[in-house]
Amino acid sequence: MPDADALQEIAQELRAADATSILGTTHVHGRAEIQIDPSKNVAVIEQLRAKGYNFLASLHGVDYYPEEPRLGVIYELLDMKEVDRVSVKARVPLEHPKIETVVHIWPGADFPEREVYDMFGVEFEGHPDMRRILMPEDYEGHPQRRDFPVGGEPVLFTFNENDGYGADR
Amino acid sequence: MSAVSDYRKREESITMSSEPLEGETRELLTLNIGPHHPATHGVLRLLATLEGEVVRDIKPIIGYVHTGIEKTAEDKSYWKVIPVVERMDYLSYYFNAMAYCGAVEKLLDMEIPPRAQYLRVIHLELNRLMSHLVWLGTSALDLGAMSMFWYCFREREAILDLFEMSSGQRMHTRYIQIGGVFEDIPAGFAKKVKEFTAKMPQRADQYADLLEKNEILLSRLRGTCILDEQSLLGLNVTGPLLRAAGNPWDLRKAAPYSSYDHFDFKIPVGTVGDNYDRFRVRHAELYESTKIIEQALDGLPEGPHISDDRKVVLPPRHELATSMEALIHHFKLVTEGFRVPEGEVYFPIEGPRGELGCFVRSDGSAKPARVHMRDPSFVNLQATAPMVKDGYIADMIATLAMVDPVLGGVDR
Repeated sequence: MPDADALQEIAQELRAADATSILGTTHVHGRAEIQIDPSKNVAVIEQLRAKGYNFLASLHGVDYYPEEPRLGVIYELLDMKEVDRVSVKARVPLEHPKIETVVHIWPGADFPEREVYDMFGVEFEGHPDMRRILMPEDYEGHPQRRDFPVGGEPVLFTFNENDGYGADR
Repeated sequence: MSAVSDYRKREESITMSSEPLEGETRELLTLNIGPHHPATHGVLRLLATLEGEVVRDIKPIIGYVHTGIEKTAEDKSYWKVIPVVERMDYLSYYFNAMAYCGAVEKLLDMEIPPRAQYLRVIHLELNRLMSHLVWLGTSALDLGAMSMFWYCFREREAILDLFEMSSGQRMHTRYIQIGGVFEDIPAGFAKKVKEFTAKMPQRADQYADLLEKNEILLSRLRGTCILDEQSLLGLNVTGPLLRAAGNPWDLRKAAPYSSYDHFDFKIPVGTVGDNYDRFRVRHAELYESTKIIEQALDGLPEGPHISDDRKVVLPPRHELATSMEALIHHFKLVTEGFRVPEGEVYFPIEGPRGELGCFVRSDGSAKPARVHMRDPSFVNLQATAPMVKDGYIADMIATLAMVDPVLGGVDR
């Protein structure tokens, strides 16, 4: 984890390259986080990668319901040499949930990006295979969103197999 | 020309090379494997594109055991989430609980008593042994060694008995709690564990004797499905698969948590990154985990097994009869749960299959606003396709066994 000062330095360097790319930084619970402009995600990540944070430990989505921009995409970057972690967060609005893919940087981002698409509906532009991964292909909605109900689906038994979701499959 | 001699002629013309033939028209066959195929170790479906015996591409199709655990977790108070996250990767339940509890403890800024940290380490390493034993048994079964399965499950059974002794359950024990562990170890547990760790290295030697000198196993593993370190890093692969390619990355050493820095152990690494190295690295980890358990038992500090923060941890049962305050705390914790200050954390630990990271977001209420598990099986599964490309279909089965994906963790 970079300490609060080191995080500020990193943010300054990133701002020097593109003043509008960094929206802010936080350093709480021993976790360094950089909030970025979602349209500049690849540029920022490439820069951090050049600085040594070259391993994508995790990529996941968050829903900040009811705040806008609602959907967050978080990249947990890791520097294996310095054993240092930094998180990059890009928040996209619900009406325009699009962000550029990082599959060309890390082929391993393939499944995690598909999972975020499946669960939150964030589309990764340039992803070679943007399909659902865990939910059925014909599923409607993005279940991990906070306004998606838990247990909203009826269980199919013999008496109701001909009506409701999945009956035509 | 009879049909038989025609067949002989065609058979002779089959080249056993895995390189595509120059100038020949290539006929590709798409074969569906799974989801109910024993070699997929769960409900994994693979769409394999074959050219004769050679695999040109595979596409893993997952989601058959997706149960929405991350969604369920958002609807439960913090301490009730533990049993559901334990059921993600059903072979590493202590690790799932540890990653989740570690994340919540980080949000709460909690101090964990040293005894609890050591007890966690003992159970985590027993769990790692258990997980590796299941891997070894089922993988050897895939490669034709039937007896290994029984030997490995004999030792696994002994570990499950130990889990039952300390927590009352064999699987999904809910032993690790936010703030420490559920209960101190019972009298006689340390002796039983010692008895087990005393015979475990000999047992691991026996496995090696059975497998290492087996010509079939060696020729199926050695030099097959190599993937180099750089490609593995690009695919975000961690754990024994990355170590088999020569990168000694292990969070227990690199970023110690739960007092792992107190113990003396080695990180086994491979050299070329073929299936044989993957097998050897995990096998060598059996010895190292045994060493950690012994050291943790010998150095087990005295003291409480769980934090005494009454706003988070349930009061001891006997206090409820005499203390009104304890009763109120108990009531509040059981009904509403405890509130966690706002924030986001990512807590990574070294699971049996690689980095198991838990992301928890709190919105200040008594329920987590988001729980995400970065499950190593899910990420590592992507490496199967580049590994098996242009290899034989039999090597694909061996590779799948060596990647060791647990589908409960893949689908969550």
